Amino acid sequence: MKRKIPLLITFTVGIILIISEFIPHKPFGQLSGELEIWFLIISGFAILLGQLSLFKVNILKIKYKQRDWQFYTITLISFIIMVTLGFLWGTGKSAGMLGHGEAISSMLGYKPFDYLFHNIYQHLQATMFSLLAFFIASAAYRAFIGRTVESNLLLASAVLVMLGNTTLGSLLTGWLPESLNFLHLPKVSEFIMTFPTTAGQRAIMIGAGLGIIGSSLRIILGIERSYLGGE
Amino acid sequence: MKNIIIFLFIFFSCFLFSQEVLLIISDKPNDDGSALLISWDTSQIVSSKITIDREIANGEFISITNSEELTGTFEDGSNINPGIKYEYRLTAFDNNGEIIQIYRTSGESSVQWFNKKKISLLIFAILITISIVYYIFSARSGKDLYIRKISGLESMDESVGRATEMGRPILFIPGTLDLDDMQTIAGLTILRRLAQKAAEYDAKLIVPVCRSMVLSTAKEIVKEAYMKAGRPDAYDPDSVFYLTDDQFGYVAGVDGIIVREKPAANFFLGAFYAESLILAETGFSSGAIQTAGTAMPSQLPFFVVACDYTLIGEELFAASAYLSKDPHQLGSLKGQDFGKAIFIVVLMIGIILEISGIHFLKDFLTLH
Amino acid sequence: MGKAKQIDRRWLFLLIFFGVAFPLIFTLGLPLETTKNVQMVYDLIDNMPKGSKALISFDYDPASMPELHPMAKAIVKHCFDKDINLIFTAMWPMGVQMADDIIYQLKDDYPDLEYGEDYVNLGFKAGGMITIQSMGKNFREVFPKDMNGNNIDELPIMEGINNFSNIGFVFSLSAGAPGIKEWVQIAHDAYGRPTSGGVTGVSAPAILPYVNEQQQLTGLLAGLKGAAEYEILLKAPGTAISGMDAQSAAHLIIIIFIIIGNVNYWRNKKAEKMGGK
Repeated sequence: MKRKIPLLITFTVGIILIISEFIPHKPFGQLSGELEIWFLIISGFAILLGQLSLFKVNILKIKYKQRDWQFYTITLISFIIMVTLGFLWGTGKSAGMLGHGEAISSMLGYKPFDYLFHNIYQHLQATMFSLLAFFIASAAYRAFIGRTVESNLLLASAVLVMLGNTTLGSLLTGWLPESLNFLHLPKVSEFIMTFPTTAGQRAIMIGAGLGIIGSSLRIILGIERSYLGGE
Repeated sequence: MKNIIIFLFIFFSCFLFSQEVLLIISDKPNDDGSALLISWDTSQIVSSKITIDREIANGEFISITNSEELTGTFEDGSNINPGIKYEYRLTAFDNNGEIIQIYRTSGESSVQWFNKKKISLLIFAILITISIVYYIFSARSGKDLYIRKISGLESMDESVGRATEMGRPILFIPGTLDLDDMQTIAGLTILRRLAQKAAEYDAKLIVPVCRSMVLSTAKEIVKEAYMKAGRPDAYDPDSVFYLTDDQFGYVAGVDGIIVREKPAANFFLGAFYAESLILAETGFSSGAIQTAGTAMPSQLPFFVVACDYTLIGEELFAASAYLSKDPHQLGSLKGQDFGKAIFIVVLMIGIILEISGIHFLKDFLTLH
Repeated sequence: MGKAKQIDRRWLFLLIFFGVAFPLIFTLGLPLETTKNVQMVYDLIDNMPKGSKALISFDYDPASMPELHPMAKAIVKHCFDKDINLIFTAMWPMGVQMADDIIYQLKDDYPDLEYGEDYVNLGFKAGGMITIQSMGKNFREVFPKDMNGNNIDELPIMEGINNFSNIGFVFSLSAGAPGIKEWVQIAHDAYGRPTSGGVTGVSAPAILPYVNEQQQLTGLLAGLKGAAEYEILLKAPGTAISGMDAQSAAHLIIIIFIIIGNVNYWRNKKAEKMGGK
């Protein structure tokens, strides 16, 4: 029974949603939108579970003074500070428990929560994103080796696209006459991105789409039950 | 005399009809009756501007739209209910803002039970469903189904064994999207098998997650896997934990775990965005054997470059069938392949027709 | 012949760091030519009649700011230069701040801008595709008030805007979903409004097919290069052009290291063959 009820709910809701995709008549036409809103509400409540897990894991590490426990302390302190500031003075145009905090805002230029958001969080986010520049370089250095025919093709197209996307590409082939304009590196780069790359991505998307259909049908028909935690 | 009168009558009638403003109110097709289509044509008269109003209770009118175009269409979706007649009034103005003509008409919306624009989608959905169900029953009857080897899944045992030998943990990342994404569910399916293997081999498992709903599900899956392996004592509830919803905060946390814990095997299976390369490269630098799988085409190249094994697109979704070797699930994979064959045939036919200048197939397949 | 050693990747990181930092500090001003897709976007805005209204959707967050913020600024600047009134919205929560920041950056260049007349920020609305569909049916039901709580009936810029009909074009600055695809599917395919957009470089291959004969997208700005090209067309150099110098330098360093890596590989292969003999 413990397994049968969720399976029955999955089957019923799955079939109704598939049918509702084709039926504009109320209530079918609105079902998918409604269920998305339900999901947002449920996941909103579920956020609390996540925060409790975060607290529990970090507090245990601090309590038993495991290796690098100081960093877990910083995590918790940062978390508490942001929540407290948002709670007390709000963020953006929303007021907190103590109003909008005009005095502090005039001093900092922002509300305290927004001040930390703009001056710490955004920069940290940009820093993490910027790691990609370094990692792309090291990945490219390691991966673009011409071992086989396929890897040679990969290497050639990577170099052409990189050159075509920079000023160097324009400089290298800018002198070509109009009749050979198709060999101009930016155009070659655009061709590679627009045709073979897009074709490959589209093929993967079609395959993935079919995979999603197959997986979804298995779940709706109750053949696949891993998401329930068992066979 | 009689003929003159008839002639004058016809002459003035033509004159009047040629000045008629055309306002048509029609039902918007393929909807739930909550919209009406308004089309106007004031090309017969010299109007600079038109306004269209709709009558509400008490004989008042509310403004629906205005335009400086002589012809046009507009969709009125504000508080329209099916089966009710709505009165519309078009007022045409000249350059000086003086009213040239007022035209009234009415219309009624209706509900459709089937969206005809999606008929092609329905046909494909039925074909693919039938093929999947057919092959499931075919597998049930004992027919042997061939599925090609997927290296990334075959290597799972090897990865877990390596982690056990080295005494280092296994890291599993189920993607950065929530439970409503199929890639996350596909990732969690593989987590179940991996957790079971880890329990049997007595390897430590670390599963940091990005979403609270995924946290609950992953905890349940890992717990059940340990119980199924007969090792409920070895289950650590804190092995599955939440980090943060924020994309790069999560990446920073996972990178920290990789650098500190130095897992022997990393599994990145689910939906990823820009963080994919950061995770994969950090994992590579720690010397772990890495298996990745995602259906995001823009992230696959990064995983292919930085990981030892990559599950590309549909291979991620095939994992549960592949690992379980359950005939029902394998049958559904065959059905998917049949669906792919249908797509290839339709693509080929479509290309030939488009080159020949015949567009009916493209029009038929267009949903909007 | 001895075996060539793999270069420690930390040298690569160091070179990338200097290669990117140097052009940002000392602008090199490397030439860049414009492409067809960017020209299409430019022409769309340039040919809009004075006083038209455009909808700009900020569908990105701070992580994509380096690529999308420069193009957002260039597009908004162009629209203000052409006296096009702008309606800002966002399908991503932080998109609202992105829009605010653009106005903040441009306020000194356009001191006469009036909120509610020349531009308005309607704020963020969850729901993606469904929200856009609802906007097409009844704009005012989706946004009864703007971001600051003003009733949109009282805002002059919103006069006559009941759906997409009186909107000249729709522009989406998109880092993912919901974003430009949803705008194309509704604003263009369902309501026939000219639609254009800007995306991050990595998303561009997936969106390029929409720039087609049916003009589902009227041009596309792809990544930092697209933003730089637009700044060139606008004759308003900004962060994108200086960023392109850094991008060019980084790409050049990567290409050099790829060549070094290949040379090392072939040298090692040769050494192994000779060692075997």
